Amino acid sequence: MSTSTISLDQLIAWLSRFRDLVTEKQSYLTELDSAIGDADHGSNMVRGMNAVVEKIGAEPATAADALLKSVGMTLVTSVGGASGPLYGTLFLRMGVNAGPVAELDAAALGAALRAGLEGVVARGKAEAGDKTMFDAIAPALDAWDAAVADGADVAAAASVALAAAEKGRDATEPLVARKGRASYLGERSAGHIDPGATSSTLLFQALVDTVSS
Amino acid sequence: MKKLINTPESVLADALAGIDAAHPELKVDHVNRVIYRAEPTRAGKVALISGGGSGHEPLHGGFVGFGMLDAACAGEVFTSPTPDQMQEATKVADSGAGVLHIVKNYTGDVMNFEMAAEMAEAETGVKVASVVVNDDVAVQDSLFTAGRRGVGLTVLLEKIVGAAAEEGQDLAAVTALAHRVNDSGRSMGMALTSCTVPAAGKPTFDLPDDMMEIGVGIHGEPGRHREKLADAASIAKQLVDPILADMDFTGSPAIVMMNGMGGTPQIELYIMYNEVAKLLKAAGVEVVRNLVGDYITSLDMAGCSVTILKADEEMLKLWDAPVNTAGLRWGV
Repeated sequence: MSTSTISLDQLIAWLSRFRDLVTEKQSYLTELDSAIGDADHGSNMVRGMNAVVEKIGAEPATAADALLKSVGMTLVTSVGGASGPLYGTLFLRMGVNAGPVAELDAAALGAALRAGLEGVVARGKAEAGDKTMFDAIAPALDAWDAAVADGADVAAAASVALAAAEKGRDATEPLVARKGRASYLGERSAGHIDPGATSSTLLFQALVDTVSS
Repeated sequence: MKKLINTPESVLADALAGIDAAHPELKVDHVNRVIYRAEPTRAGKVALISGGGSGHEPLHGGFVGFGMLDAACAGEVFTSPTPDQMQEATKVADSGAGVLHIVKNYTGDVMNFEMAAEMAEAETGVKVASVVVNDDVAVQDSLFTAGRRGVGLTVLLEKIVGAAAEEGQDLAAVTALAHRVNDSGRSMGMALTSCTVPAAGKPTFDLPDDMMEIGVGIHGEPGRHREKLADAASIAKQLVDPILADMDFTGSPAIVMMNGMGGTPQIELYIMYNEVAKLLKAAGVEVVRNLVGDYITSLDMAGCSVTILKADEEMLKLWDAPVNTAGLRWGV
């Protein structure tokens, strides 16, 4: 069954599915990070998302903003590295944008994700083509907005966003990193997919899994 | 992976418990993973806080104590600590005279310390200044990178600036000195082997037996390039030349650190120190103080780094001042 809006329970299911996906891909994320970073992206994301799932289970939120802000704060305080502030800021800003509502339609969720991405850019100062999570999320949200303009619901928007994120993620492979630890490698960072773009794509994968099942 | 650990997940907690057990002069907040002096910060003394990923011991926890840091935040292995840890460290160490954050230039560390400073100022009104150490000449400092990494100079900076804070210099003076030290020193490192992150369970990179990696950082990240293994004299030249090409160290006394990466025996570090000292003498650099040993490591990586600091009179005087920490101790 597809969905026209996303409820609080589904947002929670989305986060829980994201935890499962980063857990499943932990070794792969760490492997990607070993090639051009410092071999901790898999374990960091798993630690952070485990903390998130535990936190939202212990303190059930009654509105989207409270839920997403709590996710952001938990990530900031449990992950460390660059992923902590970046993913943390993503969810914090999403929460602020979403407001105290019990469900979000496709346009509202797209706007919240867009606000999250703007937070990531403010914190990490990344631009398109820097070989970062931006390169997966930005095209995904462009696709999302275009689909919503054509009348797509959450499930349909999530599905085109995932395809765009995957394309963006794969397109990071030949790029020379200009941000983060991978940038120290210069030309040698080319030929590897960016770990942050890979984990960000899993966010959209988790959303598709949640709203289309 | 062969390591003296209980489980890969408990490495940091178990190591902090060990520091707690070994050092009654320190306190460890096991929840927030903050190491601080048992004796509270003297009223009017600026507090120095540093921190970063674990795996670089004795940095930073081993440098908490009289004459150096007031508190250190320990992150997971090679992962920056988080803003709430830094908040706790700030709370426990601030005497009212303000806090200097000493941050190594890595994207994660810089972002987490930035968030911590924003939170501290908004919530508690503590005055926070910071210095970002970026001394690694292996990395090009350009708009197209995250900038130079913070490596060995961090140790010398924590010693010198720690002495200034101990002397009673105020936050503005201590901060200005920290920037001056950062502007006056450079480092370059190399690896003979990769390190193995406990949670990853295998070496971060493959380095064939007959090859070495030049220009490595302290996280097992690949370096500038790799080439055939050579003798100590040629390796010393590969480390010293880029440093001297980057900055003029003549005409002023210098402090030199020959640092081990964690998996290299002292005997090899002395061989390397001798080669470095000869090269510096030939280049007209007057080395007046030195450190030889493991001070900023990369887990079990074999290799070394050289740090050179152009020291003015004040820096030398502060260098010689008493220090009493687990990792550095003299004059007491």
